[in-house]
Amino acid sequence: MRSVGTLTRADLADAVHHKVGLSRSDSLTMVESILRLMCDSMSDGENVKISGFGTFLLRDKGERIGRNPKTGVEVPITPRRVMTFRASQMLKDRVSGA
Amino acid sequence: MIRSELIEALAQENPELRPEEVEAVVTCFFDTIAERLASGGRVELRGFGAFSTRERAARTGRNPRTGETVEVPGKRVPYFKAGKDMRDRLNSD
Repeated sequence: MRSVGTLTRADLADAVHHKVGLSRSDSLTMVESILRLMCDSMSDGENVKISGFGTFLLRDKGERIGRNPKTGVEVPITPRRVMTFRASQMLKDRVSGA
Repeated sequence: MIRSELIEALAQENPELRPEEVEAVVTCFFDTIAERLASGGRVELRGFGAFSTRERAARTGRNPRTGETVEVPGKRVPYFKAGKDMRDRLNSD
Protein backbone atom coordinates (compact mmCIF):
# COMPACT_ATOMS: atom_id res chain seq x y z
CA MET A 1 0.00 0.00 0.00
CA ARG A 2 1.37 3.38 -1.04
CA SER A 3 1.80 5.70 1.90
CA VAL A 4 0.21 9.14 1.60
CA GLY A 5 0.08 12.07 3.98
CA THR A 6 -2.72 13.37 6.13
CA LEU A 7 -5.58 15.21 4.49
CA THR A 8 -6.86 18.31 6.28
CA ARG A 9 -9.58 20.95 5.94
CA ALA A 10 -7.30 22.96 3.68
CA ASP A 11 -6.93 20.01 1.29
CA LEU A 12 -10.69 19.48 1.23
CA ALA A 13 -11.16 23.18 0.46
CA ASP A 14 -8.58 22.86 -2.30
CA ALA A 15 -10.46 19.91 -3.82
CA VAL A 16 -13.71 21.90 -3.74
CA HIS A 17 -11.95 24.88 -5.32
CA HIS A 18 -10.61 22.77 -8.19
CA LYS A 19 -13.55 20.44 -8.80
CA VAL A 20 -16.47 22.81 -8.19
CA GLY A 21 -14.80 26.07 -9.14
CA LEU A 22 -15.67 28.16 -6.08
CA SER A 23 -13.06 30.64 -4.87
CA ARG A 24 -10.53 29.37 -2.34
CA SER A 25 -12.09 31.29 0.52
CA ASP A 26 -15.66 30.26 -0.39
CA SER A 27 -14.49 26.66 -0.66
CA LEU A 28 -13.01 26.75 2.84
CA THR A 29 -16.20 28.33 4.16
CA MET A 30 -18.25 25.52 2.61
CA VAL A 31 -16.01 22.85 4.14
CA GLU A 32 -16.35 24.49 7.56
CA SER A 33 -20.13 24.76 7.06
CA ILE A 34 -20.49 21.05 6.28
CA LEU A 35 -18.57 20.13 9.44
CA ARG A 36 -20.51 22.63 11.55
CA LEU A 37 -23.90 21.40 10.29
CA MET A 38 -22.95 17.77 11.02
CA CYS A 39 -21.65 18.74 14.49
CA ASP A 40 -24.77 20.76 15.30
CA SER A 41 -27.02 17.94 14.21
CA MET A 42 -25.19 15.45 16.41
CA SER A 43 -25.09 17.71 19.43
CA ASP A 44 -28.88 17.95 19.01
CA GLY A 45 -28.90 14.16 19.41
CA GLU A 46 -29.44 13.30 15.75
CA ASN A 47 -27.53 10.67 13.80
CA VAL A 48 -26.02 11.82 10.51
CA LYS A 49 -26.45 9.53 7.52
CA ILE A 50 -24.53 10.21 4.32
CA SER A 51 -25.55 7.73 1.65
CA GLY A 52 -22.58 6.25 -0.19
CA PHE A 53 -20.24 7.22 2.64
CA GLY A 54 -21.49 6.10 6.04
CA THR A 55 -23.45 6.89 9.18
CA PHE A 56 -22.32 8.77 12.27
CA LEU A 57 -24.20 7.13 15.11
CA LEU A 58 -24.69 8.34 18.66
CA ARG A 59 -24.59 5.79 21.44
CA ASP A 60 -25.41 6.35 25.07
CA LYS A 61 -23.15 4.43 27.41
CA GLY A 62 -24.09 3.73 31.01
CA GLU A 63 -21.87 4.15 34.03
CA ARG A 64 -19.24 1.48 34.51
CA ILE A 65 -16.30 0.84 36.76
CA GLY A 66 -12.94 1.49 35.21
CA ARG A 67 -9.49 1.03 36.62
CA ASN A 68 -6.43 3.22 36.43
CA PRO A 69 -4.07 0.84 34.65
CA LYS A 70 -1.04 2.34 36.38
CA THR A 71 -2.24 2.37 39.98
CA GLY A 72 -4.99 -0.27 39.85
CA VAL A 73 -7.38 2.13 41.61
CA GLU A 74 -11.02 1.61 40.60
CA VAL A 75 -12.82 4.72 39.40
CA PRO A 76 -16.39 5.09 38.14
CA ILE A 77 -16.65 6.06 34.47
CA THR A 78 -19.58 8.45 34.18
CA PRO A 79 -22.43 7.80 31.71
CA ARG A 80 -21.67 9.49 28.41
CA ARG A 81 -22.70 9.85 24.83
CA VAL A 82 -20.24 8.72 22.20
CA MET A 83 -20.13 9.06 18.43
CA THR A 84 -19.30 6.08 16.25
CA PHE A 85 -18.95 5.75 12.50
CA ARG A 86 -20.30 2.91 10.39
CA ALA A 87 -18.87 3.01 6.90
CA SER A 88 -21.28 2.25 4.06
CA GLN A 89 -20.69 -0.87 1.98
CA MET A 90 -19.51 1.39 -0.84
CA LEU A 91 -16.80 2.97 1.32
CA LYS A 92 -15.78 -0.42 2.73
CA ASP A 93 -15.39 -1.76 -0.79
CA ARG A 94 -13.32 1.23 -1.85
CA VAL A 95 -11.00 0.93 1.15
CA SER A 96 -10.54 -2.82 0.92
CA GLY A 97 -9.73 -2.42 -2.77
CA ALA A 98 -12.53 -4.80 -3.80
CA MET B 1 -29.89 14.34 9.30
CA ILE B 2 -29.39 12.71 5.94
CA ARG B 3 -27.33 13.78 2.95
CA SER B 4 -30.20 15.61 1.22
CA GLU B 5 -30.95 17.56 4.42
CA LEU B 6 -27.32 18.59 4.69
CA ILE B 7 -27.45 19.86 1.10
CA GLU B 8 -30.70 21.67 1.83
CA ALA B 9 -29.25 23.39 4.92
CA LEU B 10 -26.12 24.45 2.99
CA ALA B 11 -28.23 25.77 0.13
CA GLN B 12 -30.26 27.91 2.54
CA GLU B 13 -27.11 29.38 4.07
CA ASN B 14 -25.66 30.08 0.60
CA PRO B 15 -28.47 31.44 -1.59
CA GLU B 16 -25.86 32.82 -4.04
CA LEU B 17 -24.91 29.26 -5.05
CA ARG B 18 -26.85 27.19 -7.56
CA PRO B 19 -28.34 23.94 -6.16
CA GLU B 20 -26.03 21.90 -8.45
CA GLU B 21 -23.01 23.67 -6.98
CA VAL B 22 -24.05 22.90 -3.41
CA GLU B 23 -24.63 19.27 -4.35
CA ALA B 24 -21.23 19.15 -6.07
CA VAL B 25 -19.52 20.58 -2.97
CA VAL B 26 -21.01 17.87 -0.73
CA THR B 27 -20.15 15.14 -3.24
CA CYS B 28 -16.59 16.45 -3.53
CA PHE B 29 -16.22 16.66 0.27
CA PHE B 30 -17.05 13.02 0.97
CA ASP B 31 -15.47 11.73 -2.21
CA THR B 32 -12.14 13.37 -1.39
CA ILE B 33 -12.15 11.77 2.07
CA ALA B 34 -13.05 8.35 0.62
CA GLU B 35 -10.34 8.67 -2.01
CA ARG B 36 -7.67 9.40 0.58
CA LEU B 37 -8.79 6.44 2.71
CA ALA B 38 -8.79 4.20 -0.36
CA SER B 39 -5.14 5.09 -0.98
CA GLY B 40 -4.24 4.19 2.60
CA GLY B 41 -4.05 7.76 3.91
CA ARG B 42 -5.53 9.54 6.86
CA VAL B 43 -7.94 12.47 7.14
CA GLU B 44 -7.73 14.75 10.17
CA LEU B 45 -10.45 17.30 10.77
CA ARG B 46 -9.62 19.16 13.99
CA GLY B 47 -12.59 19.50 16.29
CA PHE B 48 -14.57 16.92 14.36
CA GLY B 49 -12.50 13.77 14.22
CA ALA B 50 -10.06 11.71 12.21
CA PHE B 51 -10.60 9.05 9.56
CA SER B 52 -8.04 6.33 9.03
CA THR B 53 -7.95 2.71 7.98
CA ARG B 54 -7.16 -0.40 9.97
CA GLU B 55 -5.94 -3.80 8.95
CA ARG B 56 -8.15 -6.78 9.78
CA ALA B 57 -6.26 -10.05 10.02
CA ALA B 58 -7.33 -13.09 8.03
CA ARG B 59 -9.43 -15.49 10.11
CA THR B 60 -11.24 -18.77 9.88
CA GLY B 61 -14.97 -18.12 9.84
CA ARG B 62 -17.92 -20.43 9.84
CA ASN B 63 -21.06 -20.39 7.75
CA PRO B 64 -23.71 -20.19 10.49
CA ARG B 65 -26.21 -22.08 8.37
CA THR B 66 -24.12 -25.04 7.27
CA GLY B 67 -21.39 -25.02 9.92
CA GLU B 68 -18.79 -25.16 7.16
CA THR B 69 -15.52 -23.40 7.90
CA VAL B 70 -14.38 -20.72 5.46
CA GLU B 71 -11.14 -18.81 5.24
CA VAL B 72 -11.91 -15.10 5.51
CA PRO B 73 -9.01 -13.15 3.98
CA GLY B 74 -7.50 -10.14 5.75
CA LYS B 75 -8.73 -6.75 4.67
CA ARG B 76 -8.46 -3.02 5.26
CA VAL B 77 -11.44 -1.25 6.86
CA PRO B 78 -12.35 2.42 7.40
CA TYR B 79 -12.04 3.74 10.96
CA PHE B 80 -13.19 6.98 12.59
CA LYS B 81 -12.33 8.51 15.93
CA ALA B 82 -14.28 11.54 17.14
CA GLY B 83 -12.17 14.56 18.08
CA LYS B 84 -11.96 15.88 21.62
CA ASP B 85 -14.08 18.96 20.95
CA MET B 86 -16.76 16.75 19.39
CA ARG B 87 -16.71 14.32 22.33
CA ASP B 88 -16.93 17.18 24.84
CA ARG B 89 -19.74 18.82 22.93
CA LEU B 90 -21.82 15.63 22.90
CA ASN B 91 -21.62 15.54 26.68
CA SER B 92 -22.24 19.16 27.59
CA ASP B 93 -25.77 19.73 28.77
